[in-house]
Amino acid sequence: MKTARFSPYLAVKHLILWVAVAVIVFPPYILVLNAFKSKEEFSQTSVFKLPHDFLNFENFSSVITRAHLDRAYLNTLIIIVVAVIGNVALGTMVAYILGRFEFKLKKLVMGAYIAVSFIPTITTQVATFTVVKNLHLYNTIWAAIVLHLSTSVLQLFIYLQFLRNIPRELDEAAMMEGASLFRIYRTIIFPLLTPATATIVIIKTIDIYNDMFIPYLYMPAQKLMVVSTSLMNFSSERSTEWELMSAAILMIMVPIVVIYLFFQKYVFAGIVNGAVK
Amino acid sequence: MVNNTSYVLQKRLLIILFLLVPIALLALFSLYPAGYLVYLSFMTWDGFSPDKTWAGLENYREVFRTKEIWQAFGHNFVYLGWGIFQNALGLFFALLLNSRLRGRNVYRVILFMPYIMNGVAVAYMFNYVFNSEYGSFNTLLRSTGLDQLAISWFGSPKAVNHVLGFITLWKFMGLNMVIYLAALQSVPSEIVEASRIDGANRWQTIIHVILPNITKVIELNLFLTIIGTLEIFDLPFILTNGGPLGASETFLTKTIDTAFKFNNFGMASAMSITLIAAVILVLGIQRLVTRRWGD
Repeated sequence: MKTARFSPYLAVKHLILWVAVAVIVFPPYILVLNAFKSKEEFSQTSVFKLPHDFLNFENFSSVITRAHLDRAYLNTLIIIVVAVIGNVALGTMVAYILGRFEFKLKKLVMGAYIAVSFIPTITTQVATFTVVKNLHLYNTIWAAIVLHLSTSVLQLFIYLQFLRNIPRELDEAAMMEGASLFRIYRTIIFPLLTPATATIVIIKTIDIYNDMFIPYLYMPAQKLMVVSTSLMNFSSERSTEWELMSAAILMIMVPIVVIYLFFQKYVFAGIVNGAVK
Repeated sequence: MVNNTSYVLQKRLLIILFLLVPIALLALFSLYPAGYLVYLSFMTWDGFSPDKTWAGLENYREVFRTKEIWQAFGHNFVYLGWGIFQNALGLFFALLLNSRLRGRNVYRVILFMPYIMNGVAVAYMFNYVFNSEYGSFNTLLRSTGLDQLAISWFGSPKAVNHVLGFITLWKFMGLNMVIYLAALQSVPSEIVEASRIDGANRWQTIIHVILPNITKVIELNLFLTIIGTLEIFDLPFILTNGGPLGASETFLTKTIDTAFKFNNFGMASAMSITLIAAVILVLGIQRLVTRRWGD
C-alpha cells in the first residue's frame, strides 16, 4: 500500500481539506465560544477566548423563555409530523397510480407535476397568498401544513424509481388470491417503498424545519412562531446582546445538524437522486 | 386475471380516490396561483380592496422602465460570479474526495453540513462574523495587523453583495460537491485505469478522461446555480433588508417588497412572471445544450 509511505501529494490534499473544514467550522465555533459567556465576560474578553465555564447554560435558558423557543419547537414539530405523514401518504398514492396503471389522463397528471416544478414556489407567493387568505388558512398552523403537503416532482421521481423495482408479479399474485387494489397498495407497495419513504421523510423534515418564508408570510401571530421566525423576532429585539444571540442561533441550528449526522445516508441518497433526475 | 370486471371498476375508483386530494392540492396551491399570477399581472390591485382595474400591459411596461428593478437585478449577477466559483470549488473538492483518502467520509459530511443548516440561523451567524466592530472576521484582521481591511462589510455598498455571495458559497458549495462526487463515482474505473496505463498523468487523466465523462452533470450544476442566483432572496432579506440604500436588493426582494410593503400586487405579479419567464428560458437553453451533447 502507498499510504504506508509519506507522500507529499497526499499531505497537500489533507492540508487543503483542513483549510476548507476550518472555513466551514469557524463561524459555528465562534458561536460555541461565546454562547457560554456571561454579559460581562463577553464585553471584557476577545471573541476568540474560551469561556470561563462551559457549564454556564444561563444564556440558553434565558433564550428559551424570552424567545419562547419551547413553543417554537412545538409548533415546528406539529407542522413537521402532520405535513410529513400526509405528504408520504399522498406521495405513495400518486406514485402507485402513476407507476402501476394506464389511464387516459395519466400524461396530463404527470405533465402537471413537471410543469409545476418549473415555477419556483417563491415567485408565486403573491398569488398563493390570496388563495390561502380566501380559504381562511391565514394565521393558522394549517397554512404551513397544507403548503408542505403537496408532492414534489423530485419526491415523485424517487418513488417511481423504487416502484419500478418492485416486481409486478407480486401485485398479480395478490390479485390471484383476490386481494383488492387498495389492499395491494397497503400491504405490498407501501411497505416495499420504505427505503424511499425514509429518504423523503428526512429530506422533508429538514426542508420544513429550515423554511422561513411560509411561516413568515402566512403565520405572523406570536403563538404560531416556528424556529425560523422566532429567531427573526428575537434578533430584531436583541441583536446587540451577542452572547444571547449566539445561544439562540445554536439552539436553532443544532437539532437539524444532529438529525443530519444520524441519517446522512438518507440525506445523500435524496440529494443525489433529486439532482440526477 | 381473476374476476376482471371487478378489477376494472376497482381500478377506476382507486385512480379517482387516490388522485383526488393530491390533484386538488396541486391545482389549488400551484396551478391556480400560477394562472392567477398571470391575471393579476394585467391588473392594478392593492392586495385587499374588492376591486381590481384592468391595466393591460402597463405593469410590464413599468417593470421594464423602472431603473431600480434592473439595478437590483444587476446584483444577482454578483451572486452568479460567486456561484460559478462555488461550482469550480465543488468540482475541485469532489475530485479530491474521489480518491482513496483517510477520513474522506468525515470530510464529505463536514463540507456538506452548511447546506442542511437553517438559513435564518446561518444568516445571523454571519452577521456575527462580519460585524464591523465585534465581528470575528474583523477581530482576526486586526490581530494580524490588517486594520485597513477591516471595513464595515454590510455597510459598504461595494462589498455587501460580495459578502452575501460568499455566504451563499459557504452554504451551497457542499451541494455541488456531493452531486459531482456522485457523478465521479459513476465514471467507470476501467477507463481511468486504462489512461493511467497509457502513461497519462493525474492532470491529463482528469482533463481528458474524467471531465468529458461528467459534462452533463457539470451543466446540470451550472444551471442549478444560475436558477438559484435568479432566486436569491433569504440572505439579503434577513441580513441587510436590501440596504445600505438598496445596494443589496435583488430581483426577488424587490418583488416581495412591491407586493407586501407597497401593496402593488399587479406590478409584483408582473415581476414574478418576468422572473418565471427568465427561469423557463434558462431551463429551455439547458434542454437545447443537453440535447446537443446527447447527439
